[in-house]
Amino acid sequence: MNPQNSDAPSLEVENLVKHFPIFGGLLRRQVGSVKAVDGVTLSVRRGETLGIVGESGCGKSTLGKMVLKLIEPTSGTIRLAGVDITHLSPREMWPHRRRIQTVFQDPYSSMNPRLTAGSIVGEPLENFGIARGSEKEERVAQLFQRVGLRPENMRKYAHEFSGGQRQRLGIAKALAVNPDVIVADEPVSALDVSVQAQVLNLLIDLQEEHKLAYLFISHDLAVMRHISHRIAVMYLGRVVELADKRRLFTMPLHPYTEALLAAAPLPNPKKKRERLIIQGDVPSPAKPPSGCHFHPRCPFAIPACREVVPTLQEVSPGHHVACIRRPPESEPVPLTKTI
Amino acid sequence: MAAIAEASLSAAETRKPRAIWVAIRRNPTIFVGSLVLAVLALMAIFAPLIAGDPLRMAPAERLRPPSETWWFGTDQFGRDVFARTVYGARVSLIVGITVALAASAIGLVIGLVCGYSRSVDGIVMRIMDGIMAIPSILLAIALITLTRPGLAIVLVAIIIPEVPRIVRLVRSVVLSIREQPYIESAIAGGTRGAKLLFKHILPNTVAPLIVQATYVCASAMLVEASLSFLGAGVPPEIPSWGNIISQGRSFFQIAPWSILIPGAFLTVTILAVNLVGDGLRDRLDPRLSRRM
Repeated sequence: MNPQNSDAPSLEVENLVKHFPIFGGLLRRQVGSVKAVDGVTLSVRRGETLGIVGESGCGKSTLGKMVLKLIEPTSGTIRLAGVDITHLSPREMWPHRRRIQTVFQDPYSSMNPRLTAGSIVGEPLENFGIARGSEKEERVAQLFQRVGLRPENMRKYAHEFSGGQRQRLGIAKALAVNPDVIVADEPVSALDVSVQAQVLNLLIDLQEEHKLAYLFISHDLAVMRHISHRIAVMYLGRVVELADKRRLFTMPLHPYTEALLAAAPLPNPKKKRERLIIQGDVPSPAKPPSGCHFHPRCPFAIPACREVVPTLQEVSPGHHVACIRRPPESEPVPLTKTI
Repeated sequence: MAAIAEASLSAAETRKPRAIWVAIRRNPTIFVGSLVLAVLALMAIFAPLIAGDPLRMAPAERLRPPSETWWFGTDQFGRDVFARTVYGARVSLIVGITVALAASAIGLVIGLVCGYSRSVDGIVMRIMDGIMAIPSILLAIALITLTRPGLAIVLVAIIIPEVPRIVRLVRSVVLSIREQPYIESAIAGGTRGAKLLFKHILPNTVAPLIVQATYVCASAMLVEASLSFLGAGVPPEIPSWGNIISQGRSFFQIAPWSILIPGAFLTVTILAVNLVGDGLRDRLDPRLSRRM
């Protein structure tokens, strides 16, 4: 395959696995592992936003960090524009970092408290030898303007900005090197709702301008609905459903997705709806349940769910679901109504 | 009553809040500590102008109590305890400052490398544990029996066991900084190697290092005094608070001033250094102050 294939998706992830070892006992031997990400396959095209949604601890952030090569994957493949970067050493990975950038969740701890805003945003430019000196200053000023910050504020320290402004700084920094892919790990969850909308709209505008591919991680369905084109739902390290945004919100096929949507508040509180409420907590990823990870909490589980590990199958074009009760030819009706 | 209230009011009005005053009020411990240290430092620097010859013996004036001529009295050889105490401040301050600077510099370099590189860490930290187990007093006695006694050998003997303490601190700070999101953010932005270390990690280790250095300084002064007291420290021809106390020991009952006065100076100096250290810790690293 041609490594610079322009038709290749901006980012492809195949069967990606991350197991964190647990050491115990007197001899500190490995006694188990936390299966944070357990075989995830995804792809993001140019100009597309793939949302990753799930409860905390389901492996969304680990997935994001692996894609950025901040964590070494246990197995699987990560391809950036067709180039395999899975097992590159930090030195070999370095030139590829230009193509993939990130916006972090916490705008308060993701910036070095001892550097000025201008030097934080300008650092990637310097690192990759894109611009230096006054040319760099100029580029940084342009970036500031593009994300809606005043260039005069370049000399301020990061802590002198508000949360929304800091997240704009983070976006400016990610944008500095003209990347193809941006991994956004809960970029708006620390912000006020009014500021969230501004930052999301900025991200959407930038995507249209630069044909960026976003891997957008969030637990907030309202945010997802606003920004994503396609959404992958994760549960205990596995993708349980992957579909076009509209389809996922109107016709969820996995019971977990259905429950997740039912838990989100509706804009109109008087509107009645059938709610699927699931019991219990997310099991420990160190000891996940057998078969389908969701079966102990699933109201529709049948004995087979305990044994068979469901694979992600395409039930209709572009709509994938990992549930043995959803064979490919089944009617796309919520299970609540069928049972 | 009204008059008093008026007087205090006018006093408050005339005393305008100047920057220095605000700083003192906010950090009284740092202020008091640095004032004491500043006085001691001036005393040590200008010792020849303040006091006479600390080694001149006046056999006719032996064991004189403090008086107008002999402010702090004289010892069993008729030497001026005031002059000896003033000159003794030199040794303590030199030892404290040199050990703090040298141990911090060496410890910072080793600690940064250990915190940054896993492979070096395992080996070097075991060596540091070994060094930490050596008591500095025994090391100094051993070094002095091998060489000629002198200030330099005392410094070396105190620096060696202090280094691992700094290394441990710097290493743990580096390890915790490495987990900070801003480090991941910098790596994702293409920052690597020396730039990551010096631009992002090093500046954030400075505050806890300064705090630790003040404690090393105080502990070095104490160790030097103990060594000199035991006769394993600076040679007797250089007066140090430790050897003044040691020589006055046998005449304690008839001439207690030759022990009490240098002892008091030592105590006040250590207290001042610790006050500065505590003040800096509260100022620079509020999280650490809550933990301790």
